[in-house]
Amino acid sequence: MIETFINITLFAMQVLTALFIVRSKRLFSVVMLSGVFSLLTALFFVALDAVDVAFTEAAVGAGISTVLMLGTIALTARTQKKTAPTGYLPYLVVAVTGAALVYGTLDMPSFGDPMAPAHQHVAPEYLARSVTDIDVPNVVTAILASYRGYDTLGETAVVFTAGIGVLMLLSGLRRRRDEDDVKIVKNKAAKAKDRA
Amino acid sequence: MHHHLILRVVTKMLVGTIILFALYVQFHGDFSPGGGFQAGVIMSVAFILYGIVFGLSQAEVVFPPWLVHKTMALGVLIYGTTGVFSLLLGYDFLDYGAFSPDHPSHGQHWGIFAVELGVGITVTGVMVGIYYAFASRPPPMDDEDW
Repeated sequence: MIETFINITLFAMQVLTALFIVRSKRLFSVVMLSGVFSLLTALFFVALDAVDVAFTEAAVGAGISTVLMLGTIALTARTQKKTAPTGYLPYLVVAVTGAALVYGTLDMPSFGDPMAPAHQHVAPEYLARSVTDIDVPNVVTAILASYRGYDTLGETAVVFTAGIGVLMLLSGLRRRRDEDDVKIVKNKAAKAKDRA
Repeated sequence: MHHHLILRVVTKMLVGTIILFALYVQFHGDFSPGGGFQAGVIMSVAFILYGIVFGLSQAEVVFPPWLVHKTMALGVLIYGTTGVFSLLLGYDFLDYGAFSPDHPSHGQHWGIFAVELGVGITVTGVMVGIYYAFASRPPPMDDEDW
């Protein structure tokens, strides 16, 4: 009973935050509200007993993403551009997509169902075997680092590649801009000489 | 942010605690929630907070960019080396039994320790590196500009 109440409250607060994000024109408040949204999601994961995921969501979603989005705002613009009114077509698309998603969830197992396929496949085996195989109390760590070590190696490589990509994009642009600045200064100097 | 005295004092008190918490999450991941990914992010938050409050140049003194770039690669290297190490000892790639053939679950503990350390180091490097890349571009902003 109390769990349902907590879940509904968290969902309602998420929807409210999302509506404020849509309404707001100042990008600073949009970024801050998306941080709030992530924090609410983390609370929701705690309510679902998925503390590892909640931890990640709070650290990455509410922490790092917010800082990086603020950095992006500092590089670009502070307020949203005014857009021309688009009529009712976007609302129609959103409504149809939402209805399709709700229709899709009708086939899913009900909330917290222990007989759901996700709880019947390999999960019981992991839970039963990890104590003798690996002897680590946190089964999430056992699966992540040992049973699924290949996947985690891939994930680490993805994080590494993403970091390299961002560094190349941003630092490359900076170098080009500096060269452009030098060119502009030289052009100005040449023009000034011509005039003289 | 030189005029924010309270922010500076609180940051100085918090940075050490954040790093300590990151180390706890990193090395206690076998028993409690968390692991390399979370610990890496928390560790990088300490440097990012320091950079936001005291300025990028101060953060770059503590954790220079060249070291950040090396750190990014070092973690993946540690992870990969763990796999190659077990391969060289005649086990499967990333089979941690290789670390302690007489007591396989001890080997698992060592293996998980090593790969989680690799993950944590890479994530720390990438997060701090991305923050440096963003923060080093624009001219510093006034508080009123937001």
